Amino acid sequence: MKEKNGFVREVAEKKYQYGFTTDVHTEVIEKGLSEDVVRLISQKKGEPDWLLEFRLKAFRYWQTMEPPTWGHLKMPDIDYQDISYYANPTAGKLGKSGTSDEIDPELMKTFDKLGIPLEERLALSGTAVDAVMDSVSVKTTFREKLKEKGIIFCSISEAVKEHPELVREYLGSVVPYRDNFFAALNSAVFSDGSFVYIPKGVRCPMELSTYFRINARGTGQFERTLIVCDDDAYVSYLEGCTAPMRDENQLHAAIVEIVVKENAEVKYSTVQNWYPGDSEGKGGVLNLVTKRGHLRGRNSRLSWTQVETGSAITWKYPSCVLSGDGSQAEFYSVAVTNNYQQADTGTKMIHIGKNTKSTIISKGISAGKSQNAYRGLVKVAKTADNARNYSSCDSLLLGSKCGAHTFPYMDVHNDTAVVEHEATTSKISEDQLFYCNQRGINTEEAVSLIVNGYAKEVINKLPMEFAVEAQKLLGVSLEGSVG
Amino acid sequence: MLQINNLHARINGKEILKGINLTVRDGEVHAIMGLNGAGKSTLSNVIVGHPAYEVTQGEVIFNGKDLLKMTPEERAHEGVFLSFQQPVEIPGVSMVNFMRAALNAKRQFQGLEPLSAGDFLKLMREKRKIVELDSRLTSRSVNEGFSGGEKKRNEIFQMAMLEPTFSILDETDSGLDVDALRIVAEGFNKLRTPQTSALVITHYQRLLDYLKPDVIHVLIGGMIVKTAGPELALEIENRGFDWIKEEVGL
Repeated sequence: MKEKNGFVREVAEKKYQYGFTTDVHTEVIEKGLSEDVVRLISQKKGEPDWLLEFRLKAFRYWQTMEPPTWGHLKMPDIDYQDISYYANPTAGKLGKSGTSDEIDPELMKTFDKLGIPLEERLALSGTAVDAVMDSVSVKTTFREKLKEKGIIFCSISEAVKEHPELVREYLGSVVPYRDNFFAALNSAVFSDGSFVYIPKGVRCPMELSTYFRINARGTGQFERTLIVCDDDAYVSYLEGCTAPMRDENQLHAAIVEIVVKENAEVKYSTVQNWYPGDSEGKGGVLNLVTKRGHLRGRNSRLSWTQVETGSAITWKYPSCVLSGDGSQAEFYSVAVTNNYQQADTGTKMIHIGKNTKSTIISKGISAGKSQNAYRGLVKVAKTADNARNYSSCDSLLLGSKCGAHTFPYMDVHNDTAVVEHEATTSKISEDQLFYCNQRGINTEEAVSLIVNGYAKEVINKLPMEFAVEAQKLLGVSLEGSVG
Repeated sequence: MLQINNLHARINGKEILKGINLTVRDGEVHAIMGLNGAGKSTLSNVIVGHPAYEVTQGEVIFNGKDLLKMTPEERAHEGVFLSFQQPVEIPGVSMVNFMRAALNAKRQFQGLEPLSAGDFLKLMREKRKIVELDSRLTSRSVNEGFSGGEKKRNEIFQMAMLEPTFSILDETDSGLDVDALRIVAEGFNKLRTPQTSALVITHYQRLLDYLKPDVIHVLIGGMIVKTAGPELALEIENRGFDWIKEEVGL
């Protein structure tokens, strides 16, 4: 009987093809969170005092805070003492220098299996990768080649050691630790993530990408990414994520900070495919993330493009603060929820500079018994003469047991601003599916066609190879949602 | 090709088809005429497997196979095609992607490799000419913003692409002006071979003038009450259906 159930579950869950685990010796610190744990993490990473101070301040502040409850989410109670805050799968393999010449072959295999080869000769064309598993960056490719142009691309742990002045200047400057509950938590215990610095006038010649993988059981991942794009520079950055299938929820509380200076441009793309839990709603990653970009310079540009198909719960609002006059920000999002997944996601556009412009294109797709909410804020400060925003939020429903919700907030303090909002809700009809069936296209493929057509505007914003992946992912995520 | 025996079907619990018997041989075109509500569209929907209809009795044998046991897409792969009376719009899905998915699904069923993008587009260009379908339309979303006539031409274009052996034209002539009707009908005729058959549902003689059906059936009250040669359509055009009702005692 037990075996039979196991088989049924395997079949039911095989659609999440990244659910395997890697058997590798992992150093995991004991569960629980206290000042001592914060100190231990800092010590393990060999950090300078100023960073330990930053962590401790954040931790003390976090202790005074309550988790947010305003999201359209049924959040499970998270026992923060029942999580391990540091897991190192490279323990024993990496030398003290942190160089990655000798990577455990199991780790190499894991990333190969995920389609992220860590050997440069096998790399996806024109993409440099920082591979992060649990709390540690395993390897960053093409560092030398990028260094020739003065570009820094490494894990944030290494950046703390090798470029402390840069990290110290910008860390917490876009998302202060007081920002919110999860930001404070992350600031206290963050482990690894990527650091990118593009010097003045440099166009980064390749896509930079970070691949996040949660592997160890009972651990949280607290990724911290910092991107600084100096005057007249350009970078396109990609982020991908997966996790094994586990019955318990896994916590992922990340911070991404982006600084964009004068005439600089950053494109940030995410394909988020964390384990969404099984079809009964058991397990899955809790993805509680603060992402924000600060468009500091005149005529700076930032675009967030996200395809969100994973996680049991997504709580995420990649935002832009448009300080520089003439700066432009874009947010393109496709969020898919199926089974019991819940998403409360959107963006904030804070217009401060003159002649600033922002665009929001959000496409929600809900299936199964899932709940999918768009939450967005467009704020125009007194100073933001001629600010312009265009928002378009569309929801697509598959079936009748799911929910789509839109919470657009506007806060406009300047009469010259023009803020537009459009919203639509549509449903894939039986007639559309039958029309496809009659032409020989089965229902799952028909849903995939329709959903990809619906999301095209966003998918087209992704770099080529990511776009192909994202298209497949949309189809797979909705398998079994109709009929 | 197609044999229907004592077919009963209902929708929402209401019986619409009350014992249909019909045999269509290779190369034949049959026309079905009848008043609104007689069950003509129900018959076509049941043949292609629309999930809203429930078959309560009878059988449909297609080239020796039990059609009623197949999913709608399997029926399509076996060569059954329906030109819809009201083709649905599918926003966001381009005609090119849609046709490519349909054609490759069929090729997979036949054990063939998917067609390369180049060959596929070439095929689209060729087949488009059959119904004089503007290239502007094939780059749009499926049926979105198409006029009534364009939608019908698009149906015959899809038929040309998929090369079914048995096609059902469900009031393909409705809403067409004289020129569009000629284009659609001539397009259909170009696709006819001694191995393909069709069932044409219509109210009007003018489509049949082009298609020259072999057999005419009159469907009333969910049953085929009269079957005759092409001259029957002309008689209906002149005299309506009342005399047939009287003849069969309805």
